[in-house]
Amino acid sequence: MTTLKQFTIQEAHQLLKTQQISSVELTQFHLDRIQKVEPEIRALVTVTAELALKQAREADRRIASGNMTPLTGIPAIIKDNMCTCGVKTTCSSKMLENFIPPYNATVIEKLNQNGLIMVGKANMDEFAMGSSTENSAFFTTHNPWDLSRVPGGSSGGSAAAVAAGEAVYSLGSDTGGSIRQPAGFCSVIGLKPTYGRVSRFGLVAFASSLDQIGPLTRNVQDCALVMNCIAGYDSCDSTSVQIDTPDYTQSLVPDLKGLRIGVPKEYFVEGMQPEVKAAIEAAILKIQELGAQVNRDISLPSTPYALAVYYIIAPSEASANLARYDGVKYGFSCQDAQNMWEAMEKTRQYGFGTEVKRRIMLGTYALSAGYYDAYYLKAQKVRTLIRQEFDQAFAQYDALITPTSPSIPFKIGEKINDPVQMYMSDVCTLPINIAGVPAISIPAGFVNGLPVGMQIIGKHFSEDTLLKIAYAYQQATGWDQVKPQI
Amino acid sequence: MKLSREEVLHIAALAKVGVTEADVEKFQEQLSNILENFEALQKLDTAGVAPTAQSISLQNVIKCDQVRPSMSTEDVLANAPQREGDFFKVKIILED
Repeated sequence: MTTLKQFTIQEAHQLLKTQQISSVELTQFHLDRIQKVEPEIRALVTVTAELALKQAREADRRIASGNMTPLTGIPAIIKDNMCTCGVKTTCSSKMLENFIPPYNATVIEKLNQNGLIMVGKANMDEFAMGSSTENSAFFTTHNPWDLSRVPGGSSGGSAAAVAAGEAVYSLGSDTGGSIRQPAGFCSVIGLKPTYGRVSRFGLVAFASSLDQIGPLTRNVQDCALVMNCIAGYDSCDSTSVQIDTPDYTQSLVPDLKGLRIGVPKEYFVEGMQPEVKAAIEAAILKIQELGAQVNRDISLPSTPYALAVYYIIAPSEASANLARYDGVKYGFSCQDAQNMWEAMEKTRQYGFGTEVKRRIMLGTYALSAGYYDAYYLKAQKVRTLIRQEFDQAFAQYDALITPTSPSIPFKIGEKINDPVQMYMSDVCTLPINIAGVPAISIPAGFVNGLPVGMQIIGKHFSEDTLLKIAYAYQQATGWDQVKPQI
Repeated sequence: MKLSREEVLHIAALAKVGVTEADVEKFQEQLSNILENFEALQKLDTAGVAPTAQSISLQNVIKCDQVRPSMSTEDVLANAPQREGDFFKVKIILED
């Protein structure tokens, strides 16, 4: 197999603008690519070829009329937990296998206004609970860099599709690392914006105090362009923040002079693969060479508690959010029952997969009478400590750098029967959602041909600073130019 | 401390999730294992620390009470597993 041309948004935009290629041709190119690689990658739950070509014809008319934006006519893939009007939105769950939303998520509305071409909906861990896509009720997505390995999760389909050239960019969602960890595993850019920066209206809720939507792209410039489109206040999402959205492309200057960067030692956890550690240390050295002042020995002492805090708070919120799946209004419904309560229990028994049930049970336990104070309330208090430590760090530093995950992509099947081991895969990304700050994962090289991701964390609403550091590093290393052979 | 069979059944009943005998055994094992990992939190002193429910400083977001267009009845019922007229249909709730 050979490596085919992979367009960036900027390149595709230039070709469309100068009419060297039409959006219909660009879309057909990606639909052909999907047909070719999907039997091996399996990143998509639904391919929306007909819709995409219809959108492409509209985009071509728009381009001809001179009314295009940077995203007009460019094929994208959307994680299958964002509502798309008239197109199945399954959350990779039997529960929503046939669910067709009657409305669009706000991010879809915003992309539509910019001339979105949606070529498909991406596979994920069921209801975004997992780190490998192995919890999808339908199938597991394979990592384009090594088909025997996981692409990460839960936005594994979104990351693998971009790495394998099935679309130019994608959207994912991130509750504890679900954009960044798969971005790291597939060597693409993945940004989790600040809590409140991007509207979650129409995103199927998992853990409402942690969920955020963000882009997965082939380079930092594209990440800035997608953020320009999806960020901003939305009155439909009461957690959306009224704050100006800068033009993120303005931060793309390869100069880090004067920036202060901290490296928190707690993120170099016990059990981290030494090669991953070495790759991140080399990346930090490069950032230093680019002019940043780096302190390699800062401490965020509550970090080791983040895993427990997350696995109390996220399942607790999930147990409440997923109470809506009762087999009455939409979704899977088991009718083989004597009364409504039995129907509800059977609906949830057969409609949800193992991990989803495990988390609903865990959350229900943590919120139940007699345990609330010991688990949920305690976790909320420790959440305050974790948040305060980030606040203190950002009083001194513009950004923090850590690995995205302690390991390179693991083998399919390797961790699926050990929930705690699987949860460890997100140990470096979970604290960021707990504090609500933004973080980006960018490619930082390879270990035995497998990708390593570097995470850059900033204070609330400092996505521009993260993009600036990521851009400078990318331009100095060229890791974005290395593509998988598929 | 391992969760008892009764505790798992109690949680399943609260969560309205049907479970088999095999599920109960598996959940006893796995939930206990996960909860054991949470024990570390109890060692941390949080006296005087206020809880955080969400991470940004928004408070009491309210909207004007204005009439706006909403979804049609057909759209709302389009995904209903069981429907009768303009209603969602459910099995019997109160039995005599």
